[in-house]
Amino acid sequence: MSTHADTHAHDDDHGHHHKETFVTKYIFSQDHKMIAKQYLITGTIMGVIGVIMSLMFRMQIAWPEEPNVIFEALLGKWAPDGVMDADIYLALVTIHGTIMVFFVLTAGLSGTFSNLLIPLQIGARDMASGFLNMVSYWLFFLSSVIMVISLFVEAGPAAAGWTIYPPLSALPMAQGGSGMGMTLWLVSMAIFIASSLLGSLNYIVTVINLRTKGMSMTRLPLTIWAFFITAVIGVISFPVLLSAALLLIMDRSFGTSFFLSDIFIQGEVLHYQGGSPVLFEHLFWFLGHPEVYIVILPAMGLVSEIMASNSRKPIFGYRAMIASILAIAFLSTIVWGHHMFISGMNPFLGSVFTFTTLLIAIPSAVKAFNWITTIWKGNLQLNPAMLFSIGFVSTFITGGLTGIILGDSALDINVHDTYFVIAHFHLVMGISALYGMFAGIYHWYPKMFGRMLNKNLGYLHFWVTAVCAYGVFFPMHFIGMAGLPRRYYTNSNFPLFDDLANVNVIITIFALVGGVFQLVYLYNFFSSMFFGKKTVQNPWKSTTLEWTAPVKHIHGNWEGEIPHVYRWSYDYSKPGYEEDFVPQNVPLREGEEELQH
Amino acid sequence: MDLTEGTIEEKNIRAKKMMLWFGILSLIMSFAGWTSAFIVSSKREDWLRDFQLPNAFIISTVVILISSITFILAKRALKNNNRQLTTIWLLVTLALGVVFIVNQFTGFQQIIDLGYNFTGPTSNVTMSYVYLIAMVHILHVVVGIICLLVVIYNHFKQKYNPSKMLGFELAATFWHFIDVLWIYLFFFLYFIR
Repeated sequence: MSTHADTHAHDDDHGHHHKETFVTKYIFSQDHKMIAKQYLITGTIMGVIGVIMSLMFRMQIAWPEEPNVIFEALLGKWAPDGVMDADIYLALVTIHGTIMVFFVLTAGLSGTFSNLLIPLQIGARDMASGFLNMVSYWLFFLSSVIMVISLFVEAGPAAAGWTIYPPLSALPMAQGGSGMGMTLWLVSMAIFIASSLLGSLNYIVTVINLRTKGMSMTRLPLTIWAFFITAVIGVISFPVLLSAALLLIMDRSFGTSFFLSDIFIQGEVLHYQGGSPVLFEHLFWFLGHPEVYIVILPAMGLVSEIMASNSRKPIFGYRAMIASILAIAFLSTIVWGHHMFISGMNPFLGSVFTFTTLLIAIPSAVKAFNWITTIWKGNLQLNPAMLFSIGFVSTFITGGLTGIILGDSALDINVHDTYFVIAHFHLVMGISALYGMFAGIYHWYPKMFGRMLNKNLGYLHFWVTAVCAYGVFFPMHFIGMAGLPRRYYTNSNFPLFDDLANVNVIITIFALVGGVFQLVYLYNFFSSMFFGKKTVQNPWKSTTLEWTAPVKHIHGNWEGEIPHVYRWSYDYSKPGYEEDFVPQNVPLREGEEELQH
Repeated sequence: MDLTEGTIEEKNIRAKKMMLWFGILSLIMSFAGWTSAFIVSSKREDWLRDFQLPNAFIISTVVILISSITFILAKRALKNNNRQLTTIWLLVTLALGVVFIVNQFTGFQQIIDLGYNFTGPTSNVTMSYVYLIAMVHILHVVVGIICLLVVIYNHFKQKYNPSKMLGFELAATFWHFIDVLWIYLFFFLYFIR
């Protein structure tokens, strides 16, 4: 019953098998499953770099200006006698942010799971354009390489913060990292944007056009809805960052004054006049805010799918889930001003942005309640994927609540640019999206590699990560409210903050433990590829189409016809069926009605 | 319309066309970025409020408008299987595209002759914007010309016929887009002070 073969198709072409060489299969592959794995591995490598950076600057914050052999080994000339240089501290913060937001949680997350799941879950042979998909990955790879190269520039990598506000980013002589480091950052990001756009265009048209027979939009799994809307936001917002970057490059290299006004550097008057860095902030955050939803929406989709499957219950409020994804997507484009409340914004305009920002709480709450009601009285399968999904809901709520405080223009003044903000966005988009990504990896690893991840190592990974993530970010709320500013190299010069020094040590210890335990995950991930238990075709007894495809990856995904779809994607524990799940390709029985959703 | 119906080939053709439209959406968003930055910056004290767009820009607007019409004529000729006429109209379109670009650079020269600079310490921000926006548009026209050259090459190779002309149609859509885009930009730069 569980893998009902479908024999109704007639006009689809059959899974085609080409003769493949090593290069076309593993390197310049046009197959979406291989491209997904390439994204995942590249994202993982970038993630390791980003996490190591964060551990280094955490150690500097906990034990300021103390010699450390790790600094001496990893930073070389940037840590004379093992003491971290202030310039490299800023660079580490900058590149950590850039790598985690764009390279891990945008390309690593969306790139991996959109590529893997869109064709498999909608019933398509591959993406609309396999060639553009391949180009998209290789542009991403190129931009990653350039970003890593920028770490080795003599004057240091970009150090203006991941938001690259001018003038630090616009004047090559402003600080060490403003020269070649910043140039490489801009080149890398321009290529990244091109990669992201090509990927997004493919995802959008594939979801709209290549669905199998019977797969109407309201039968799609929520994963696909999330990837689809994420791609639409990407297409709308990333080009605006490119516009801002081009204006910035004009200011940097061609002496225009879009963002620069009267500036002195070391007593010398520069010729710039009349420009405004606030204009850059507007353009940047018009991308920057949708970007956080580009990060979180795919994680939401993955979590919805995993929670329903592991609760053995239909997702609660399917249409409400779709509606809230759409609402979040729409609102995400009209709230960017809340990043700029203290940039001299008109208080009335600030109140408008406060209003639109607080509106986001409504669809977010709808989603949170729907997840809770989905697992309510479910037959819970608490495997690592499910634990990470529950962890996602937990950190999303914790981080989301502080968002209401920060979104209020009056309250924001008190905590702006403090560790309170760090705590907020790391929980709500950083840790949450990371949990979503981990959940997705634990759940779809069998689909990607044909083997299972070790469950016990997964439990160890989850529990240590969960404790450490809260251990790191929960205390930050308090030191933030006490006024500790973000991005400071050291706080030891301010007696005001002496009492907070111990808290910073605790945070750093949690960060180090949590960071080191990611090695458990990495070991599990790479060793299971070769030594993991072989998987069966549908290890989680899920309803969606990807589990009707054979374990062994073939070009075209299905041998023979593509399965047709007769029901929505959440027929778990349906009355009248012996098994507690009914795959989407099983036709309705006589007299059976499709569940109203 | 049920988009899950149809053969794989039909689905793929639909997907490619739609991909271009979403690509155009993203290009529109980048120009929306520049033109809204233009509006925001127009509150600046050093903004030029009395400048005139050069005459060359008016000529090039007419040129690109005509080139769109000739592209439509080429498509119509191809649909009627009139290969020779298609060739002529495609070449006319190509020529008009090149004339447009040359004209734009003439326009830049006319602005410089009026005593304004686009870049460097003596530049004026209004003119920097005009230069940047027109320059980025020219880049899009260059891409359009490359597409057109591919179309002409394929046409000479006899790859298109009335029932199979996806590449031709995609190039035409993009060409009309850069035409409409310039007309929007021209009126924007003309009327917004």
